[in-house]
Amino acid sequence: MFSYILKRLAIAVPTLLVLIVISFVLMHSAPGGPFTAERKLPPEVLANLNAKYGLDDPLWKQIGTYVWGIVSDFDFGPSFIYKDRTVNEIIAQGFPITLTYGLLSFVVAVVVGVSLGVAAAVRHNTLLDYIAVGVSIGAQVLPNFVMAPVLVLVFTLWLGWLPGGGWQGPEYWIMPVIALSTSFMASIARITRSSMLEVLTSNHIRTARAKGLPERRVILRHALKPALLPVISYLGPAFVAMITGSVVVDIYFSTGGIGKAFVDSALNRDYAVMMGVTILVGALTIFFNLVVDILYGWIDPKIRY
Amino acid sequence: MVSTTENTVAAQALPAKGRSPWADARRRFFRNKAAMMGLVILIGVALFAIFGNYAAQWSNEELDYNVMGQVAELGGPSLANGHYFGTDDLGRDLFARTVQGTQISLAVGVVGALIACIVGTLYGATAGYVGGRIDGLMMRLVDILMAVPYMFVLILLLVMYGRSITILFVGIGLISWMEMSRIVRGQTLSLKGREYVEAARATGVSAPVIILRHIVPNLLGVIAVYITLLVPLMVLTESFISFLGLGVQEPMTSLGALISEGAGTIAYGTTWQLGFPLLFFCLTLFGFFFVGDGLRDALDPKDR
Repeated sequence: MFSYILKRLAIAVPTLLVLIVISFVLMHSAPGGPFTAERKLPPEVLANLNAKYGLDDPLWKQIGTYVWGIVSDFDFGPSFIYKDRTVNEIIAQGFPITLTYGLLSFVVAVVVGVSLGVAAAVRHNTLLDYIAVGVSIGAQVLPNFVMAPVLVLVFTLWLGWLPGGGWQGPEYWIMPVIALSTSFMASIARITRSSMLEVLTSNHIRTARAKGLPERRVILRHALKPALLPVISYLGPAFVAMITGSVVVDIYFSTGGIGKAFVDSALNRDYAVMMGVTILVGALTIFFNLVVDILYGWIDPKIRY
Repeated sequence: MVSTTENTVAAQALPAKGRSPWADARRRFFRNKAAMMGLVILIGVALFAIFGNYAAQWSNEELDYNVMGQVAELGGPSLANGHYFGTDDLGRDLFARTVQGTQISLAVGVVGALIACIVGTLYGATAGYVGGRIDGLMMRLVDILMAVPYMFVLILLLVMYGRSITILFVGIGLISWMEMSRIVRGQTLSLKGREYVEAARATGVSAPVIILRHIVPNLLGVIAVYITLLVPLMVLTESFISFLGLGVQEPMTSLGALISEGAGTIAYGTTWQLGFPLLFFCLTLFGFFFVGDGLRDALDPKDR
């Protein structure tokens, strides 16, 4: 197990490096730079600016400096647009917010999705099953950017129950969390239902029933664990998609997370912030995939490393 | 696909007349009610995208000066002034805009899925066929690329190279071939031990020709399923990007851009500006998901 984790970490490092190099090369092969504004700067000023931010060094040296900054001081450099702010500050401001509603959405999607899926499978071919399947099929075509305006329309404009945007208290969390979690909840419910249906016909469940275990125990203890395996392998991609969805949530609900920082920097060509956010998300992705793999191995004793 | 063939042959050794696996799959597909519903929806959406312009009374660029400035009061859907879906915030006909948006979203979806499938199939088939260390290396690369947060990279790409629709097409296709390549590789591994591949190799056919002429045609079932399942994902991605204002640019539009515009103006009571694009977006996704699921059930040899 331990050596497996080490091995996975050994893959994680080159992955991050590839990500850094890709974004760096993309940045530098593009026409224009952060200082090519509508108002032309005198060439001397431009040269000074480029020298200050190290943009006149050869590419390999820039990448080296950048990576070394991250490795030695966890420093993502200064922002190219906001003169008095570093990338670290910008990310530190938005990240807790993204993490709050991201984790909440994740928990909601998993708990509701798994419950719905299990309920549908246990009451297979009943009204409950049909409702659960209907809900999960319907919710599949409702990604965050569809849910967000519809929620605002209903709960803010028509009913007036919830604030339409901002980030001040728990009532501001509700709509972002629903918007972000709906489509994942649907997918998780679908996956859980079909794998649960399969598990319920297997031999060990028949044995458990035959020896007289109460149905509750059969479902929760013997059927749920193996049925969750496909769900767990879906969690990695789902987590990435949720982080991506934070971009929409931040823009539409003005929640002020890192998604906002990313889009702003994309529109301003603030390369440093864009790269910082991309690398952070990449690192999170890698970390989360690792957690999912370990979880997988812990639940499924058949997997050997 | 090969195991389908085998099953069919085994199951139908006795009856005088055999059915091809494709005919079998077609029969299963047409019996699947959800898939048929999806197909009908898709045909409807496609007809709307292709012929909608002939039904429109306004072009997608004309401004209706009668409703301008009073869109919330006068711009609603009405048959009288020819704006079946109402007008957008500037007084442009939303019906024509939705037709245009559906066209572009479908085009991005289909082209993106095709690019992803071509790259993924060739990559996966090559890795699987060549095998050994090169295979390991190629699949490690896929592992690494899959951990890249692709939506962020796509946005990066769009910002760096200008928000042109070509970049959108290519970018969306190029970030989603990895899953496909894994599936194709797995299938190729089981195909390459077949007798006809061995025979081809024995007669001196070169590797690229074997891959293209003997391996890829036998993967068509898998490829067809994944193309239909990829298209809605591509439509989703494109709409996501356009919703953020980073995708398709005016005067062109897509369903995502229209949803974004509609979402921006709901506070003024112009609900139709959100409703109609949303309807077509959801219908398109529904159609593709149902057809994709149906195709998978019809072509997947496991479920027989």
